[in-house]
Amino acid sequence: MKTLKDAKVGETVKATKLTGEGPVKRRIMDMGITKGVEIYVRKVAPLGDPVEVTVRGYELSLRKADAEMIQVE
Amino acid sequence: MAVKIALAGNPNCGKTTLFNALTGSNQFVGNWPGVTVEKKEGRLKGHKDVTIMDLPGIYSLSPYTLEEVVARNYLVADRPDAIINIVDGTNIERNLYLSTQIMELGIPVIMAVNMMDIVAKNGDVIHIDKLSQKLGCEVVEISALKGTGITKAAEKAVALAHQKKKVTPAHAFASEVEDIIAKVEDKISSDIPQEQKRFFAIKLLEKDDKISELLSLMPDVSAEIRELEDHFDDDTESIITNERYVYISSIIGECLTKAKKGEKLSTSDKIDRFVTNRFFALPIFALVMFIVYYVSITTVGGFLTDWTNDTLFGEWIVPGARTLLENIHCAGWLTGLVVDGIISGVGAVLGFVPQMLVLFIFLAFLESCGYMSRIAFIMDRIFRKFGLSGKSFIPMLIGSGCGVPGVMASRTIENDRDRKMTIMTTTFVPCGAKLPIIALIAGAFFHNSGWVAWSAYFVGVAAIICSGIILKKTKMFAGDPAPFVMELPAYHWPTVGNVLRSMWERGWSFIKKAGTIILLSTIVLWFLMNFGWSNGTFGMLDFDGLEGAALEAAQAECVLAKVGSAIAWIFAPLGWTKAGNGWKMAVAAVSGLIAKENVVATFGQLFGFAEVAEDGSEIWKSLSLVMTPVAAYGFLVFNLLCAPCFAAMGAIKREMNNVKWFWFAIGYQCILAYIVSLCIYQIGTLITVGTFGVGTVVAFLLIIGFIYLLFRPYKESNTLNFDAKKTVSAK
Repeated sequence: MKTLKDAKVGETVKATKLTGEGPVKRRIMDMGITKGVEIYVRKVAPLGDPVEVTVRGYELSLRKADAEMIQVE
Repeated sequence: MAVKIALAGNPNCGKTTLFNALTGSNQFVGNWPGVTVEKKEGRLKGHKDVTIMDLPGIYSLSPYTLEEVVARNYLVADRPDAIINIVDGTNIERNLYLSTQIMELGIPVIMAVNMMDIVAKNGDVIHIDKLSQKLGCEVVEISALKGTGITKAAEKAVALAHQKKKVTPAHAFASEVEDIIAKVEDKISSDIPQEQKRFFAIKLLEKDDKISELLSLMPDVSAEIRELEDHFDDDTESIITNERYVYISSIIGECLTKAKKGEKLSTSDKIDRFVTNRFFALPIFALVMFIVYYVSITTVGGFLTDWTNDTLFGEWIVPGARTLLENIHCAGWLTGLVVDGIISGVGAVLGFVPQMLVLFIFLAFLESCGYMSRIAFIMDRIFRKFGLSGKSFIPMLIGSGCGVPGVMASRTIENDRDRKMTIMTTTFVPCGAKLPIIALIAGAFFHNSGWVAWSAYFVGVAAIICSGIILKKTKMFAGDPAPFVMELPAYHWPTVGNVLRSMWERGWSFIKKAGTIILLSTIVLWFLMNFGWSNGTFGMLDFDGLEGAALEAAQAECVLAKVGSAIAWIFAPLGWTKAGNGWKMAVAAVSGLIAKENVVATFGQLFGFAEVAEDGSEIWKSLSLVMTPVAAYGFLVFNLLCAPCFAAMGAIKREMNNVKWFWFAIGYQCILAYIVSLCIYQIGTLITVGTFGVGTVVAFLLIIGFIYLLFRPYKESNTLNFDAKKTVSAK
C-alpha cells in the first residue's frame, strides 16, 4: 500500500485512508488531511525529515513516521 | 450590563493583532489556572463594561492539546456572551473547520474574516453573504493589521451578546450521522440547555475522555457509536472530522472565488523556496542564529548589560547610595544590607534586562514573521531524539551567553513537554558567567589547557542529550502526546507595535520576578555571608582593610562558613576534603547562586585575597594545595551543572509557572551535578592513584543505573495527562 511517506517531492497524491488512531490521527485530520483530499508534496527538510506538503491551500509539515499513516494513490 | 466576548481562532490568524487593536493598552496578561497557557483579558476600547478574552490559538476543540482543552473548557463552562471567530481569509478552508465546532456550542458567534487586504491583493473574492447563510452566523470582513472593519465587528459582537439569542448551527452532516446525533441528544439529561446538546452529543460520540468532567450524567451511547462505526467502517472521531471537512468542501466553491492561479509563485513561496532549501537552509539558519547571538549577547545586548552592571550600578547607583546612606549616618549594617546586599544583588539581576529585551525583539520578530516554525522544521530531526523540539535550539544557543534570556526564550515552544524539558536543560550549557570558573580551574590545575574549556561545553551538551533521553522516559514527562503536525504559516512582516508589545510583556514578567523572589534570596545570602560570631558575640563581620590570614580567619566566622563546615561531609565523596578546606568549596559553590562569577571572588576572599583577577590567578597556588586535579575538575563540572544563579532560577520559576516543576528542575540539576562530579572524582582517582573504596563501588553502581535509565525501553503515551476540572473550578 502506498503511503504519503513514499510519495516523491513534486508529486500530487490523493489520500484514501488514514490508519492508526488517537491524538496523532485526530491531529492530522484536524489539520485537513481527510479522505479524498489532494496533497502536494513540496519538499523534504534538509536533514531528511520532516516533509512539507500543501493541503487545502496551506503549508503543513509532518514527520515521515506520521506520514506513513496516510494511505494515498 | 457587563458583557464577555471571547476571541477564538486558529494560530497565526491575526488573533493577537485584533486583540491588541480592540483593547489597546487595557490588558491583563496571566496564566490559566494550573497550566502554562497564557491568558489574556482586556477591556474593549470605549466600552467600560465589555471584557474581551483572548483564547489560545487552536485548530480544533479536540481533547489532545492543553490549549484546546483550556479554550473549550472556558467556552463550555464560563459561557461568554458572544464569540468573535477570527478566520484567516487566505486560508479559509482549514480555518472554517474550527468554526463548524464553535457554532455547535450554542453561543452567539460573529465571524470576522481577517486579512481581507491580502485576499484582495491575491485577486480572490470571498462571498460573505453566502458564507453567512451557510454557517448561520453574521460575517464581517476585517483587516486587523490595517484596522479596517474591526470596530464594526466588535459593535456587532456586543449587540449580539445583548440580544441573548439562542443559536443553532446551519451546517449539517450526512443524514446517517445526523440521525445518530439526534438520538444521542435525546439521551442527554435535561439540565443541559437545548442549544448545547449538539456539542455534547458529538463529544460523546467521539469518545472524548475529557467531556465526562463537564457532564453530570454520562449516558451510554455505545450502541450509537457501534452503529456509526459499522456503517462507515471507521472510528467515530474520524467520521465526525471527515463530515466537517466534507461540509466545508461542499460550500467552499460558492463562498470563495479564487483568482486564476498561473505558474506564478507568491512572494512567501519564493522566500520559502530559498530559506528551507536543501542546501541553503542550514547555512541561512546558522547565519540567522549568528546574528541573533551576536547582536543580543555579544554586541548591543552585551554592551547594554555591561553598562547597566558596571556603570549604572557599579559606578553610579551603588557608590551613590553608599555615600547617601553614610552621609545620613545610617547604621553600618543597614548600609551594607541596602548597598551590598539588595542593590548589588538585584542590580546583578536587572543587569540582564537590556540583553533580554534585545533578544525578545528578535524572538518576537522571528515568531511573527514565520521563520520560527521553519526553525522547528529544519532542526526537528536532531532534537526530537532527545525529547526536545527543533525550537529548543534557540534557548540553548542563547544560554551559552546567558541562561536567563535562554530560559525565557523557551516560551516560543508551544508543546508543553518540549518546553519544560528545554527549561530544565538550557542552563547546562556553560554561560558567560561560568567562564571565569573554567579559567580558574584550567589555570590552577591544568596549565591553562584548552581542552578544559572544550570539555566544559562537551559536558554541557552531553548533559542535555542524556537528560532529554532519560527524562522523556520518566513519569513526569510521560503523558502529553507530541505529534509534530505543524502549520508553516506564510511569511509576512510583523508590525512594530506587536513586536515591541511582545518584548515588553516578556521582559516585564522577569523584572517582576527580580523584585520579589530574587530580592529575597539575595538578602538571605548577604546576611549569611556578612553575619557571624566574632570574639564570641554574634554580629556583623567587618572585612574592611583585612588581608591575608586575617581576612581568611574573619571569613571563617560567617554563618555561611559555619553552614559550609556543617555540610562539608556531603561533598566529601566528591573529593572536596583535602586539608580540612572542604567547606570553602561548598561556600564558593553556594555564593555562585547570586552570580556564577562570584565563585572566583569568594575563593579569593576565603584564601585571604581581598581582590582577585577574573581568572583568579592569585589563588591558583592555594587552590592546588586543597584539591587534587581530579577533584578540581569534578568541582568545575558540579558548578556547570548544578542549580544556576538566582536570576536564572527566577526565570525557570517564571516559565514553569508551577512550584512543583520548579523544584523538580532545580533538584534534578543539583542531583545530576552531584552524581557526575562524584563519578569523575571516584573513577578519576581510581585511574590516577589506584584508590579503590566504597566510593568507587558507588560510582560504578551510579554509572550502571545511569546507563539503564538511558537505554530502558519506553512507549510514547497517547493521552493528555492533565486535569481539565482544575481549569474549570479554579476560576
